[in-house]
Parts: sequence; C-alpha cells; structure tokens
Amino acid sequence: MLYSIIASGLAVGAVYALIGITYNTMFATSRVMSFTAGQLGMLGGVLGSLFILRLGLPIVVGLAATLLVCAAIGVLTEFVAVRPVLKSLDQHLYVLSTLAFALMIQQITATEWSTEPQPFPRLLGIGEGIWDEKYWLPVVTCAVTIAALEYLYRRTLIGRAFLAVAEDNFAARALGLPERNLRVASYALAAMVGGLAGFSGGQLLLAFFANGPQLNFYGFIPVALGGLGNNRGAVIGGVALGLFQQAANFAVGGIFASVAVFVMFIAILLAVPQGLFGSSSARRV
Amino acid sequence: MTAWFYVAILGVLLLLPLTGNEYRALIGTRAAIYWVLIAGLNLIVGFAGQLAIGYVALFALGAYTASILAAGNVIPEVHPALALIAAMGVGAIFGLVVGLPALRLRTFYFAMSTLGFATIVTQVALGWQDVTGGGIGLSGPSLRPPFDTPWGLYWLSVGLAIAFTIMTANVAQSRFGRALIATRDAEVAAEACGISKPKVLVSVFLFAGAAAGLAGGLFASLQTYITPDAFTFDLSLLFFIAILIGGRGSILGPLLGTILLTLLPEVAAPLAAWSTFVYAGLLLLIVLAMPGGIAALLDRESRKALPSERAILPQHQALQALLSTARKKQRLQLSGILLAFGGLKAIDGLDLVVEPGEVHGLIGPNGSGKTTTLNVISGYYKPQRGTMALGEMALAAGRPVGRAADGICRTFQTPRVIGEETVLENVMVGGTLAGQASFVEALLSLPRARADERRIKAMAMQALTAVGLDNLAGIRADRLQHSELRFLEIARALMLHPRLLLLDEPAAGLSVQEIKRLGALIKAISREGVAVLLVEHHADLIFDICDRVTVLNLGRILAYGTPSEIRAHKEVVSVYLGA
Repeated sequence: MLYSIIASGLAVGAVYALIGITYNTMFATSRVMSFTAGQLGMLGGVLGSLFILRLGLPIVVGLAATLLVCAAIGVLTEFVAVRPVLKSLDQHLYVLSTLAFALMIQQITATEWSTEPQPFPRLLGIGEGIWDEKYWLPVVTCAVTIAALEYLYRRTLIGRAFLAVAEDNFAARALGLPERNLRVASYALAAMVGGLAGFSGGQLLLAFFANGPQLNFYGFIPVALGGLGNNRGAVIGGVALGLFQQAANFAVGGIFASVAVFVMFIAILLAVPQGLFGSSSARRV
Repeated sequence: MTAWFYVAILGVLLLLPLTGNEYRALIGTRAAIYWVLIAGLNLIVGFAGQLAIGYVALFALGAYTASILAAGNVIPEVHPALALIAAMGVGAIFGLVVGLPALRLRTFYFAMSTLGFATIVTQVALGWQDVTGGGIGLSGPSLRPPFDTPWGLYWLSVGLAIAFTIMTANVAQSRFGRALIATRDAEVAAEACGISKPKVLVSVFLFAGAAAGLAGGLFASLQTYITPDAFTFDLSLLFFIAILIGGRGSILGPLLGTILLTLLPEVAAPLAAWSTFVYAGLLLLIVLAMPGGIAALLDRESRKALPSERAILPQHQALQALLSTARKKQRLQLSGILLAFGGLKAIDGLDLVVEPGEVHGLIGPNGSGKTTTLNVISGYYKPQRGTMALGEMALAAGRPVGRAADGICRTFQTPRVIGEETVLENVMVGGTLAGQASFVEALLSLPRARADERRIKAMAMQALTAVGLDNLAGIRADRLQHSELRFLEIARALMLHPRLLLLDEPAAGLSVQEIKRLGALIKAISREGVAVLLVEHHADLIFDICDRVTVLNLGRILAYGTPSEIRAHKEVVSVYLGA
C-alpha cells in the first residue's frame, strides 16, 4: 500500500509541478499569473485522447498535434487576455481576463468534447502494478522538461533572452531585445509544458473537462509553496503536495484530503507568504 | 440622478406583487437574495479591490447550514429563523478564513484561495452524504408564516435587500469605506495615515461572509430543495460580474448589474447551455472595454469642465484654527542610524535632531540617502542599527502603520492619492484615526458614527482651506494638476495634527509662484509648533524657509548649520550646490 501511495503521489505531484512550471514560465516574462495554466493541462489529456483514440493518429503525431494546439492557445491567451491589460498591471485585471478566457476554453471543451471523463490511450504499454507507465511517465516527463528548460535557459541565446526579460523588462528592451515576441514565445512554451503535463498524466487523470479548475488550484499550490518564478521550488512543492494528497486520500478519504490540502495551503501561506524558497518582498516606497 | 434610480427600483419592487404572478415573485426574490450577497461582496471587490472570485462557496455553506439545522438530521430540529442566523454566523466565520490570505498576500493568491475553497465546498457537499445528502441533496428550511408563501418570502427578501443596501451605503460613506478604497488605490499612503489594512479587511470579511451565509439560507428556502448542482461556479461568476458591470466604488452600479444579470437568463433562455461561456465572455468584455462599469456612465459630475485659471491660495487663519488643538510639541531625534542594502550603506551612522517649531532642510545629491531617511523615520525601512525617538517616546523601527498615531505624517515624492475619490474624501482619509465609532456603529449609522463623519468632514474642509484647495473640494482627485496634488497631500497630512511633518520634495513640479506660497505654508505650519523635515532640491526654497539644514552625501552628514553657514560651506558648494 505504501508503495502505491508513493507511486501515485509522485505521479500526480509531477503533473502539479509541471503546471506550476507553466504558471512560472508565463509569469517570468509578463508578471501575470494566468488561470489558463490548469486548462492547458486539461487540454493535454483531452487533445491526446481526441487525436490518438478518436482520430486514430500515431502516438508521436498525436503528441505533436496536442503540443501544437496548446502552443496556439498559449499565443492566443497572450493576445486576448494578457497584452490588453498589461498596461494596468497594478489593477490586477489579468486575474479576470485570464479567468474569463480559461472558462471559455473549459465550456467549449465541455460542450464539444464531453462532460464525462473519457479514456486516455495507453502510450507505451510498459510496466504493471506500481511500475505501470501511468505512474512513471509524468515523473520522467517532469524530469526531462526540467532538464530541457535548464538547458534552454543556461545554454541558448533565446533562453538567456527570456531570463533577461524576466529579470528586468525595461533594461532588456533598452538592449534591443524583442520583448513582445519573447513574451509571446514564452506563452507558447508554457502552454506546451502545460499540455505535456496533461498528456503524460492522461492515463491517471483521464480526458476530462473538469480537470481544468482542479489542476489550476493544485498546480498553483507548488508555485505558492516554492516561491513565485522558482521552478525548482515548484518541483519540490509539487512532489510534496502529490505525496501529501495521496497519503491523506488513503488515510482519511478523498473529500477530507482536499480539505487537508486546502488547510495546509492557507496555513503555509500565512506562515511564509513569499513561499518556502522564494525571495522577500519587493520595494514599495 | 442616483436617487431616481433607487426610487424607480423601489417602485418596481412595490408594484410587482400587484401583478399577482408567482413566477415574477420568484424572479424578484432571487434578485433580492443575490443582492444581499452581492451588497456585502461589493465592499470586498468594489471598495477594497480584493478579487474574491469563489463566493458561491459561502453561499452554499449558508444554504447547507440553514437546511441541515432546520431539517434536524444531525442535531434536533432548529427554528428556521435561528437556522438562518446560524447560516449568517457560519458564513461570517468562513468569510474570514477564506479572506486570511488577502491580509498578507498578493491579489492572485486571494483569488486562488477563494476559488480553491469553492472547489472544496462542492466536494464536501457531494461526499459527506450523512449530513448533506450527497448528490441527492436535502430540503431547504421551510419558513414559518407569514413567510411561507412565495409573496411572504418575497417581502422578507426584499426587506433584507433594502436593509443590506442601507448598511453597505453607511459603511461606504464612513471612514471605513474610505479606508477600504485607500488600501485599494493608495496602500502606502493609507498606511501613512494609520490605516491598518488587515484591521479594516477583517471587519468587511466578517460582514460580507455573514451576508453571503444569510443569502444562502434564503436561497435554500426559495429552492425548497438543494443539491450541490445548485451552486455551480456560474453563480460565483454572476456575483462577481454584477459588481464589475456596476463599477467599483459604487453601490447603485452593482445593484443595477445584479438586476440585469438575474433577468438575463429569463430573456435569453436558449443560451442556458452556454451560460458559463456567456458570463466569461461578458467578463472579458467588461475588463477590456469598460473597466469603469455602469457607475462611470452615470457619473456626469466628473465630465464638467474645471476652471482653467485657478490658483492655490493657502489661508493662514484656517491653518491656525486647524492646528490650534495640536498636541504637545516634541523633537525628533535620530542617533546612529545605519541602513545597508546588501553591501551598499544607504545611511551610514546618521544623527539628526529636528526641533519643534522649526523647518529642518535635508539636502544632498541624488542617492545621498534623503528619501531613505524619511522612509526610515516613517517606518517603511528597518535600519540595522540606531535609535529613533519623538520626545521621550522611542519609535519602533519598521512599523509604518503606527506612525500616524504617534503624530508623524508625511507626503510622498510622487503624490499618492485616490484618483477616483473627491479631493475632500482624499483629505478625509487622513482623518481616519480621528473617528471613534466602531465598524458596527458605522454599519448602522448610529449617532457616534454620524458625529465622527461631521467632525472629520469639518476638519477636512478646514485643512483644504488652510492649503488653499477649498474650491476644489468636490472634484475628483485625478482631475487635479500635479501641483494641486502636492498641496492635497499636505492637507491630508495636517488632518492628524502632526507633531512631525515629513515632506518629500514638495516643490517638485511647481511654478515659481506656487513654490513661494508653498514655502510660506510650510513655514506657517512649523510656527504652529510642528517639527518639519523637508527634503528638497530647490536650493532657493531651502535657504528661504529653513531654520537649519543638514547636507547628506553618500549616507553621511557632510555639513550641518543655518542656511547661511551652509551656503558658505566649501565642500557643500563643490559636492552639491555648484559654484
């Protein structure tokens, strides 16, 4: 029993961590927390099932198509819900515009896809029991994504440009970096990470429209715990949350596990507002 | 104009029963119940600017609490009126719990925590079958006569809706309402006026939670039977959008928004399947196209032209009258203040004394630590070493909210005012601490709350006259010129009868004429016994009005003395003043 708790805890934890990275990637270039993060995770599952099971595409093609559509939605998010409200960042209008956009995605999915959870295809057919691919696929995906992002940020020019915009928007623009295009690119990148989260966790979470708000909340917790913009914090927070949630699920049952997670979330935020690995607050006066 | 809308709404509510159509009673009751919740939520969203998105959770909580207590399936049956009151109590408690993150954290965290709470309440309602009936649900409380008929419930709900309208209007017009808006639009200035954001928010969270709980209990009665499906996220969106359509800082606007959104499904029935999409689209549209809402459309006053030729003429007598009740004179003493950001010593062992009744100039090149010194004194920065005292009283480092009560007031380098409020209301924010009535007294507009308002208003008019802005009292602050905002900030600071006034470059952006009047005003303030610490770049103004001058360079004192001594100081001339 302990092993299956650990296996499923790590698996959902990895999915939460990936959604956390989705939040962070969007936040880095725009200072916007977007409610679309969880919806992209949901779409990863739904689109994967649509392309592979319903349309019968090969798995690799299905994955590519899923990521492509997600990236397109990421770009659309930037155009529709982020760019128009960036001017008045202090009014937090982005909370509402991205929420509205996320709900539109959710409703379209519910109406056009299904309101019931649909099966997600078995991808590789490797492993069984606690070594089933549905448990280790998200973990591997998370590790690979982290490694790829680290490579991108540390070793490539475009990655360094991302970091420059994230660090100091104005200075980056003064240096001639195409800040706007980089922001659009980061939304596409974030959307693909989100899609990957849903795709790799598809066998666990199924292709279900209502996964969106759930992933939104549970994916935000690692960000809040790990500190805004801190990807390593998000991974540690995500895995910790996954294990805690699965353990609580086993110990006290699903409903009270959710309550426990919520209480833990509020308690930690009140104790350490900047997150466990975050830096302290910004200058105000 | 606003009054006519209220009269019209009231008229419709009174005439509706004459139609005798029970379906209309249902719609009217529903609108009234929604409004009870939205009226409370409006204080959080519209006034305090906190994005509480998942308020359907508190609505559901109220509905279940009332139903469970009235049904008696857990504890012995309770009278429905008591069940409704219990729903209010539960709503208030959870309103506070969900609100806790807003007291310390960024906006998005609060939005998220309310959203997460909404998800969890639904899950609990579904899963805790022994108590909530799970997916099957349970009956709502059936009220006792005369409220057990559709029209009986209608009158009860309408009565409560009117009561909540009046209560929120009372809060909005009190110092608490102004404090809420101040924390929304000018948080740092609010702190400098002694407004503690957690304190004002806690009262409002309790009130809005109670309103939501009560509305939920009434809703359960109206539905006669509740399941978790009755409390979808759509409902949360409806509450939220009603306020946004209405416009922030308004009560009539959200009321009209509530009525519109309650009627919308009646006229657009085919859209029911797409309701989330419609609401979301509406939300996006409002945010992008009309962030001001209905209230901005109704606000004709702010479109009238202002006189273009106007002068700021401070009135000495008003100043004397205002500060005649001033407190005991105290000197400010800083000793050995050291503040470093990383390796950079912004202030490096500063000793400074500001005497009451004197203007003390603090000058120096950019980056010499002038504004940083003001921020240390007013508690925004916490120095690593050194002590501060006002008279005999030691000042705790890093506590901005307590400063106003100690008699320390300040203005800011960039004026921090509430653009959407009138000049008078802005100045009244400075008088928040002068009020004695509690939140509940303000809610019910009891005599002490009304006396507070009269007193603060009279004081604010006096302060405006003193700085010469009395002609603009009723104008929205965002329509003022930059120079007028500087005088507005001084008026706001004077509201606290300060012992020590900190001015951060008050002459920046003023005309020569205005600088002269400003100088006379500052000098007059100091002569009433106030210690004034003036950070300024206009050398003329400094040498004109200061009694003593301290020159800073790289966080240390370069020179100290009377203006004429400083003007002759060789190093000062070479470092700062120039030949």
